[in-house]
Amino acid sequence: MTSAYGRLPRKEDARFVRGLGTFTDDVALPGMLHGAILRSPLAHARIISVDTTAAEAHPKVRVVITGAMLEQRQLAWMPTLSRDVQAVLATDKVRFQGQEVAFVVAEDPYAARDALELIDVEYEPLPVVADATRALDPDAPVIRDDLAGQRDNHIFDWSAGDQAATDAAFAAADVIVRQDMLYPRSHPAPLETCGTVADLDPVSGKLTVWCTSQAPHAHRTMYALLAGLPEHKIRIISPDIGGGFGNKVPIYPGYLCAVVGSMLTGKPVKWMEDRSENLMSTAFARDYHMHGEIAATRDGRILGLRAQVLADHGAFNGSAQPTKFPAGFFHIFTGSYDLRAAHCTVTGVYTNKAPGGVAYSCSFRIAEGVYLVERMVDLLAAELDLDPAELRMQNLLRPEQFPYTGPTGWEYDSGDYPRALRLALDMAGYDKLRAEQAEKRAQGEHMGIGLSFFTEGVGAGPRKHMDILGLSMNDGADLRVHPTGTAVLGISCQTQGQGHETTFAQLVAEELGLSPADVEVVHGDTDRTPFGLGTYGSRSTPVSGAAAVVAARKVRERARIVAAAMLEAAPEDLEWADGRWQVRGDPEQGRTIPEIAMAAHSGLDLPAGVDGHLDAGTVYNPPNLTYPYGAYICVIDLDPGTGEVRVRRFVAVDDCGVRINPMIVEGQLHGGLADGVGMALMQAITYDTDGNCLGGSFMDYLLPTSVECPSWELGETVTPCPHHPVGAKGVGESATVGSPAAVVNAVMDALRPFGVRHADMPLTPANVWSAMQGRPVRTDLSDS
Amino acid sequence: MQITVTVNGTGYTREVEARLLLIHFLRDELRLTGSHWGCDTSNCGACVVWLDGTPVKSCTVLAAMADGRQVRTVEGLARDTRLDPVQRGFAECHGLQCGFCTPGMMMTARWLLDHNPAPTAEEVREVLSGQLCRCTGYENIVRSVLWAAEHEGDQ
Repeated sequence: MTSAYGRLPRKEDARFVRGLGTFTDDVALPGMLHGAILRSPLAHARIISVDTTAAEAHPKVRVVITGAMLEQRQLAWMPTLSRDVQAVLATDKVRFQGQEVAFVVAEDPYAARDALELIDVEYEPLPVVADATRALDPDAPVIRDDLAGQRDNHIFDWSAGDQAATDAAFAAADVIVRQDMLYPRSHPAPLETCGTVADLDPVSGKLTVWCTSQAPHAHRTMYALLAGLPEHKIRIISPDIGGGFGNKVPIYPGYLCAVVGSMLTGKPVKWMEDRSENLMSTAFARDYHMHGEIAATRDGRILGLRAQVLADHGAFNGSAQPTKFPAGFFHIFTGSYDLRAAHCTVTGVYTNKAPGGVAYSCSFRIAEGVYLVERMVDLLAAELDLDPAELRMQNLLRPEQFPYTGPTGWEYDSGDYPRALRLALDMAGYDKLRAEQAEKRAQGEHMGIGLSFFTEGVGAGPRKHMDILGLSMNDGADLRVHPTGTAVLGISCQTQGQGHETTFAQLVAEELGLSPADVEVVHGDTDRTPFGLGTYGSRSTPVSGAAAVVAARKVRERARIVAAAMLEAAPEDLEWADGRWQVRGDPEQGRTIPEIAMAAHSGLDLPAGVDGHLDAGTVYNPPNLTYPYGAYICVIDLDPGTGEVRVRRFVAVDDCGVRINPMIVEGQLHGGLADGVGMALMQAITYDTDGNCLGGSFMDYLLPTSVECPSWELGETVTPCPHHPVGAKGVGESATVGSPAAVVNAVMDALRPFGVRHADMPLTPANVWSAMQGRPVRTDLSDS
Repeated sequence: MQITVTVNGTGYTREVEARLLLIHFLRDELRLTGSHWGCDTSNCGACVVWLDGTPVKSCTVLAAMADGRQVRTVEGLARDTRLDPVQRGFAECHGLQCGFCTPGMMMTARWLLDHNPAPTAEEVREVLSGQLCRCTGYENIVRSVLWAAEHEGDQ
């Protein structure tokens, strides 16, 4: 019996290559109306009046919804994923540029846009807080005066690790290196923007919402809690999704406005944001102002790590992470190293910028933690004049230390870090590269070699510790086996391109001795799938995939009882071998799942323990996160005349445990590496001091294309996860989390002859040029 | 205004607003939803279709400009039920993940192979550089196009 795992072409592709995918904007219902949002041009202003008279008089406009109208229905504010509230449509003030002020429902999308121009809003501008470092100044205007008792822009203080032990480690150190660094605000920018079609059936009272949602079940529960609709009367359908990366986790005001629009008109209402709306108003990522300190002995033994972070959460705390972790999993910032002690503090603040925080493949802020430690290790190497690869090798956790409990409480499950780093160095030809670099430097040419080594904790998570809005981060799976032995698997997670229809079929097929072609995967429809929290944080395979395997194993155990009756043997005398149940010691006597399924549905006198079919379901509560890791090496060439950086090579060795479909794993790694190059070199959402967003289109928010990306060189090691049913770990975000530091370290390596120690991302030609001239690089405020 | 556009070999006559974009004409009027809209600013290329044999970004072409002309979309790539080698290449080499950029990428790739049957990887990258993919890091898209070039004559 050959394994169902492997490089199986994707089931999804048949429709996509024909242009026959069904994305939310492809949904067209009879009588459907179209919504458009009027957004604030100002970052902070009091609303004096909203006059919709002229818009309502437009012949194609059906209704104009304002904050005041929503207030009458107690719908003007909605809960965020961080237990804050966010305005659906502004009533009192606008708090960031692009905030939602009014919603027009019209007969066609062009007319809806036209009518926006007819709405007259009078604003009284207020002072703006666009710089997080000024948000806590005593004279800073209070952005969230809607919150009772809120007298400043402070959201939370949070810390992790052992402060006293860290102080002791620093006191014992020969060398302490300190650095301020900004992980700039970024945006996931999936190619499909966010949108919805809301259809409230006035007769049945059933609300059907087609939506670009990464978490349809969580959305259903939130709609029920928010709008007071009974949950069984809500059906969320996430059709094909054109990329998510975290951007499509939250509920956005436009979704709710479309629902209200459908309530008011009795018609389906579609709302699709445009690209500027996507970039200016939906979940951003990063925006962490970090101060790092690393302590070591003179011979390069790392002793301790500290970080102080100022976290810019924008105008509403809409960050999406497990409730107990306001800074996400940032505190895994000790990375892959054997440190004595570490301590971090994170302070969250409001600013007059778009809300969000955790989005964009960051594994709940591990991206920020990895960047910090990997920059600090490189700075330490420079300080000690040690090779950064040697310094890493010297301090990496050793295989015999696993399972390893880190200084901030994480329990790393498995790993062989030195092996991954050695493989990456071999693949890159590291020594030759250093020799080439020395030769080039002698000739006045500048190349850089940068490393990063990352560890993530993904697959949230154990219900004891992890919930979102009180919902435990577990996932269900329902597996039905038809009489002829083909199967339908219902899952709660939601592909946005990850290929679940293929991978999850492989998981079930492997357990039941079926072909993946015989397993249909149903997802993205809350009426047809079991409850679960969706796809983000690299959690599909660790949680939902595990649920699918557990359900399949339950089916297999039921099949064992039926097979025993068929073979007139005791169940305990059967063994699962070659994809079927057979009598131990007599492999001629065996039954396949299709044979058993037909028997289970037949007139066979069924033994106790089965009831007429083989179907089974489960909810999976992971015992721990899974800990994928990797060693990355980036080689860049720097044009000293322009400051332009060209990525010549990128070697990525990843260990994500057992790979179910290596082709799909590699594809996700490729995409994440491109993200890392983008963030390091070109992507950033910046604001001017008036709070104007300067990254509001793809003209300004630059994403890497095929010519900025090298041909990725991938390597793998496999260290199975000890607690996942098939030994797999999450991988979807690994490369996005791990790669920016390698690129930045490579550029800083190239800039060493210029005396540059650190420059913040994005390392655009202008920023690199500034650094080369000894000028400060500031990417947070363009005109300061 | 009234326009007549031939799309994938079929003529369509419609009354449209002068400002209607070609991408919206294709998607909303003709319900050919394989071409996607992604950015408004001609950066992403999810909307690439052929206009008289040349790839264009249909979010910045007026439907009126296509009056009397030939448009080819992803729905017109396959011949009868037989997939174009480019379509087969994308499926074969995992050239797509979410599938949103794929139609535009394939239309440009088809045009490239019609004009340069044996491109290098660099030439493929160059011709696709006006389009964005957020999932694949481009590696497998390049491989897909090269695969298609190799299998052009296959039956």
